[in-house]
Amino acid sequence: MSCCAPGAEAAAELGGPPSRDEILLASHDLADGLRQTDLSVPGVHCAGCIAAIEGAFRRVPGVEQARVNLSARRLSVKWRGEMPPPIFETVMTTGYAAHLFDNEDAAVDPELSRLLRATAVAGFASMNIMLLSVSIWSGAEPQTRQAFHWISAVLAFPALIYSGRVFFAAAWSALRQGRTSMEVPISVGVILAFALSLYDTAAGGAYAYFDAAVSLLFFLLIGRSLDHVMREKARSAVRSLIRLTPRGATVEREDGTREYLPAGQIKEGMLLAVAPGERLLVDGIVHGGRSDVDCSLVSGESAAQSVGPGSSLRAGTLNLNGALTLTATSDAGNSSLAEMVALMEAADGGRSRYRRIADRAARLYSPVVHLTALFTFLGWMLATGDWHGAISVAIAVLIITCPCALGLAVPIVHTVAARRLFEAGIMVKDGSALERLAEIDTVLFDKTGTLTTGRLSLANASQIEPSALAIAGAIAARSNHPVSRALAAFDDGLQMMPVAIAEHPGLGVECRIGRHLYRLGRAEWAVSGATAATMLSRDGHPLASFIFEDSLRQDAARSIEALKRDGFAVAIMSGDQERTVLRVGGQLGIGEVSARLLPAEKVARIAALAATGRKVMMVGDGLNDAPALSAAHVSMAPSSAGDIGRNAADLVFLRPSLLAIPDAIDIARQAARLVHQNFVLAIGYNAIAIPFAIAGQVTPLLAALAMSASSILVVANALRLRGIAGRDVASGWVADQMPKPLPPVVGRA
Amino acid sequence: MSSLVYLIPLALLLGGAALGAFLWSLKSGQYDDMQGAAERILLDDE
Repeated sequence: MSCCAPGAEAAAELGGPPSRDEILLASHDLADGLRQTDLSVPGVHCAGCIAAIEGAFRRVPGVEQARVNLSARRLSVKWRGEMPPPIFETVMTTGYAAHLFDNEDAAVDPELSRLLRATAVAGFASMNIMLLSVSIWSGAEPQTRQAFHWISAVLAFPALIYSGRVFFAAAWSALRQGRTSMEVPISVGVILAFALSLYDTAAGGAYAYFDAAVSLLFFLLIGRSLDHVMREKARSAVRSLIRLTPRGATVEREDGTREYLPAGQIKEGMLLAVAPGERLLVDGIVHGGRSDVDCSLVSGESAAQSVGPGSSLRAGTLNLNGALTLTATSDAGNSSLAEMVALMEAADGGRSRYRRIADRAARLYSPVVHLTALFTFLGWMLATGDWHGAISVAIAVLIITCPCALGLAVPIVHTVAARRLFEAGIMVKDGSALERLAEIDTVLFDKTGTLTTGRLSLANASQIEPSALAIAGAIAARSNHPVSRALAAFDDGLQMMPVAIAEHPGLGVECRIGRHLYRLGRAEWAVSGATAATMLSRDGHPLASFIFEDSLRQDAARSIEALKRDGFAVAIMSGDQERTVLRVGGQLGIGEVSARLLPAEKVARIAALAATGRKVMMVGDGLNDAPALSAAHVSMAPSSAGDIGRNAADLVFLRPSLLAIPDAIDIARQAARLVHQNFVLAIGYNAIAIPFAIAGQVTPLLAALAMSASSILVVANALRLRGIAGRDVASGWVADQMPKPLPPVVGRA
Repeated sequence: MSSLVYLIPLALLLGGAALGAFLWSLKSGQYDDMQGAAERILLDDE
């Protein structure tokens, strides 16, 4: 691989590729036996990657076509046959990590193409009408002017119907609910302007507002489309990450046969077979087998636990090294996972109550616009008694006062900000999250997987003899246990050939190298009478003992320091043991820590803080954090978080560094400043233009000029966000964008 | 004036053709993968 050797960490995080049954279940039927499977391949980023992956599939029998979508980091494979071809195996031979994708997510977005088509039609009509208008403004003969007005009318009418629908429908539904929104003055202005211009054209008048009406639609549709594109882009990128809940489970029937059933068909009381590397779909009690399990996503506990018959396990737990059979104690619909979802929905308060700046502005603004236009009309009516003149002036006021600048002011800034966040490896779900992020004053962290990497690393490597370390590494490379994965980094290649490897769940790994019997694992098992945590022994004699710790996430200390320096209150809320939480708090200088919190208690903490007027940001990754993520004013999750966590969070950061948090807050604050500037610009422009409009001095030419000028001003101001340099704290920003050394390749059993 | 009789329809026709081309390209999925399209130019056909 050239530049594109992808990170192996994501692949290592999962036990292995999904089973063929699962791939079949997730694929969808195109026609005549042709099926399509969509995968997300986060590692692709250049032509070399495309060529490598598509080339590898060219040789696979059964595959009709494989195509990489580079923008969406997605691969769609079309294949024929009863069972899927070895799709995952093929991707893995190229060195990329792939994840299965939901088929319903693969559908194209109809709303976006509708907006784009509407924008294109409005753009076409407004450009041509403007062309005609320029010649009218530069003094066309009355006859020519009349002809041009008619052509303009013919162009404007279909554009109005087709492109204006977006606004008319929204305005109508707002009015029906007795509200008023930004769309109402836009719709009224555009329709009235068109109707009056048509009347004037028929009567042979000198002025027509076709150009203003259509270009207003055009500018506003640009704002709409940008807003939509940004939201969709973030959503699809978040979706394309690792998926942690399985689509189904293997059911063992009474006659001993096994069948893979989709999640919806798993019922309480069924006996499920859980292979090593699989995640539990439902809650259950272990029926047979022994294994070590990783509950970090469920409870926040970082150390693996060993389980045997009778142990009760919760959905979302990862089975590490032994095959288990499990009696389901819940359906997929009422497992502890599903309960978490219910808790999340109940907690989702702060967000639905939040009103976006643009909506708040519209609420204040549209009554003012309506009243100004109405009073202008009445005033001119009383003064002159000429209804036609009065309506013309009132329309000019409407058009001038609902400038595209206001429609563009927010979306353009958010688009630029989202772009900058994207470059820094942060996905934002929508503009409202950016606005809320700029308001926060308190940051709460989960521990496992957020402040720490959630993966163990060897703490005393320097004290261990290199030869013993190499042996331990070689043995560990054949195991799936988290402790082994930390040691496997020290596997130096092919010198050691362990044979007769046996993994004893809850105890460790046993194998032979040459004449010797080695044991790596729980100390009292490897060496009788020993007390240290993990040891390597040769024929029962100790070789080395290992101390592990959950290492801190990259740049954690710098990020916390930066947050504190900027005056944020920082605290840890964890579900893990008090001892480990206190240790991490001590390392990072966070005084306020709470341990052993249940999901509901985390929500209660946030609610209590919110009640005192705090705006809380929650950063977490586990399933146990999901309710807290949706309860907080704004929330952020690392990309390694579970599905639910990622869905609950407003922002997702893709890079390992925790500096993403101060960076995101920084960018959000700059964006908020620019949004305010844009509002000041747009409103200042109104303050100047309205008196002219009320006085009846605004000609179509002036309206068109003012409208375009203010829009360009707002867009130009938003683009400044690209240029504003990051603070000195974020100097790690530049380093972040440099290519990173590869993480040590982690072996798998 | 007389030149306008054919120049304006011609302008509209060209503009309409451009609009049609855009709508067609949108419909045939040419904007689905902008980055990929830019990179694929570097690949050799096999």
